[in-house]
Amino acid sequence: MIAVRQRRGAILPGLSAAWLAAGLGSVVAAALVALAVGPVDLGLSSIGRELLSHVPFLDVKSPMTATEDAILWQIRAPRVALGLLVGAMLASAGAAYQGVFRNPLADPYLLGAAAGAGLGATLVIAYSHGGASRDLRPLAAFVGAMVGVGAAYLLGRSVAGRTTATLILAGVTVASFLTAVQTFVQQQNTDTVQEVYAWILGQLETSGWREVALALPYMVVSWAVLLLHRRLLDVLAVGDEEASSVGVDVSRVRLIVLAAATLGTAAAVAFSGLIAFVGIIIPHAIRLVVGTSYRIVLPLSLCFGAAFLVLADVLARTVAAPAELPIGVVTAFFGAPFFALVLRTTRMVGT
Amino acid sequence: MLRRSPMAFVAVLFALVLAACGSSQGSLSSTSSAPASTQTSATAPERIVSLSPPATESLFAIGAGDQVVAVDDQSNYPAQAPHTKLSSYQPNVEAIADYEPDLVVISYDPTDVVKGLKKLHIPVLLQAAPADLEGAYAQIEELGDVTGHSNAAAQVVTDMKSRIAGLAEGKPGAGLTVYHEISPDFYSATSQTFIGSVYTLLGAKNIADAAGGKAPDYPQLSAEYVVDSDPDVIVLSDTKCCSQSEKTVRSRPGWDQLSAVKGGDVVPVDDDIASRWGPRIVDFAEIVAQAFQDAGT
Repeated sequence: MIAVRQRRGAILPGLSAAWLAAGLGSVVAAALVALAVGPVDLGLSSIGRELLSHVPFLDVKSPMTATEDAILWQIRAPRVALGLLVGAMLASAGAAYQGVFRNPLADPYLLGAAAGAGLGATLVIAYSHGGASRDLRPLAAFVGAMVGVGAAYLLGRSVAGRTTATLILAGVTVASFLTAVQTFVQQQNTDTVQEVYAWILGQLETSGWREVALALPYMVVSWAVLLLHRRLLDVLAVGDEEASSVGVDVSRVRLIVLAAATLGTAAAVAFSGLIAFVGIIIPHAIRLVVGTSYRIVLPLSLCFGAAFLVLADVLARTVAAPAELPIGVVTAFFGAPFFALVLRTTRMVGT
Repeated sequence: MLRRSPMAFVAVLFALVLAACGSSQGSLSSTSSAPASTQTSATAPERIVSLSPPATESLFAIGAGDQVVAVDDQSNYPAQAPHTKLSSYQPNVEAIADYEPDLVVISYDPTDVVKGLKKLHIPVLLQAAPADLEGAYAQIEELGDVTGHSNAAAQVVTDMKSRIAGLAEGKPGAGLTVYHEISPDFYSATSQTFIGSVYTLLGAKNIADAAGGKAPDYPQLSAEYVVDSDPDVIVLSDTKCCSQSEKTVRSRPGWDQLSAVKGGDVVPVDDDIASRWGPRIVDFAEIVAQAFQDAGT
């Protein structure tokens, strides 16, 4: 287990300006690449002039037709924005879960968020035929994720001598049960099975800016809470007793961080399905390369998670263009070798 | 309680499992009457179970409807077909055998039902989705041969061919591009499918073909690619499954700019006739041919 002890805290009391710049820069770079590249070639200079035409006083005329404009701003840009949000959310929530549980394998789906969201989405896909299905699906997935994690938390709390291990076991129990129900519903309604699988493999599906606008408020709240608790997560990392002895209310911090991470994860899952791997590899890559303090891991997970998912989506959109690949396949296919490389080329920090 | 008493633990475990079984006991008892020796391949089958909606339509069209004892939950046409709850996506050998069939027709075999039925000596015909209309015709003729309605099947196929030939004459789709939508997340069909072959016969260019080779025959297209292709005609075969219509298409971001939307060439079709390779595929071709004619003028 990687102890998230702050070994390099003396050298890096907080996040260095260089790494912060690298993180933010990678977000901007990834977003620009994703705007420029797609199954439809809009032309780099054309996109550049279109972007400049929105800068006041420059007097640049956009060369784009109405259709090209719609492709860029109504189809491609919202998808890039949703990718940024979901990637940032999954990576930062993953980092928070790993901190709360002091478990390197924890990811945002650990406590039943994925299973709950999966059940919610499957129920809607299977039983509400017609257009309502697509509108209700995010809500059902969101509610399912919250209910799943809530049930796991209550079950874990009700056990005597509760530890983080009991909570994880409660999560596994709830997740297995919800997955069983989900699979049952799916098998009962096999005519919709393809839609369910498409959802489970993850997709960044947007219809204009609606999804971005709906997901953003939950994620902003989640990020604010997580970032405010980054120091407390460092304290939590040394152990419950040690944290209590310096006056930290361990179970309260744990509940708040879990609730915030779950709220954001539920919003991400609602619009993107289950995108695997981002919540695990991004925080660990940062721990291996930069440092293990949550003052570093949380903000950088936000940045690099966003950049990683957007770049993965560029591949999902272009590798088989004009056909699409499920983004969950891309994140795992390219994420695993990337993480293997990080593992091999860095010394283990703090084991 | 459970921790201290092993017997109580075992009792609860069994009670849970048995309670779950109790609700489905009906299907357990019925297996005893499973047929073993109803295989009479020399004569025409008299107890056909169809787990394939297109095959159901074909069987009734060629006059073999009286021999059909059960059709699956998706076979909603014709109305007089003996509808049951049998699943075509998850076929279950026991449930099928319960009807004592002497022929089972399926279009999809995810659970190895062919092997299971053969063990019970029940003849099975697997008719998967064909790649073109020729394949569809061949399957109807095959159904005619095995059910003893060869002549009627040949007549049905001849009629279909002549109607299709009439529609294809003059190539109403010549010079037009078409986008065939299977679901609102832009799943489509290339020319390598029986749906696509209809468009090919009518002379239109299918925008999904750009995904051919690298992608499956039923690829998921990128939204921006569909918009950029600006198809002349948009055929919606997701009107029943997913409530799509000219109105929902128009409200998609960027789609109001498309020529098909502006020119009124969004064609809603019944999902069923556009996804089944039975005799009604010609009805689908008729609607599309008419739409091409409207779009061309």
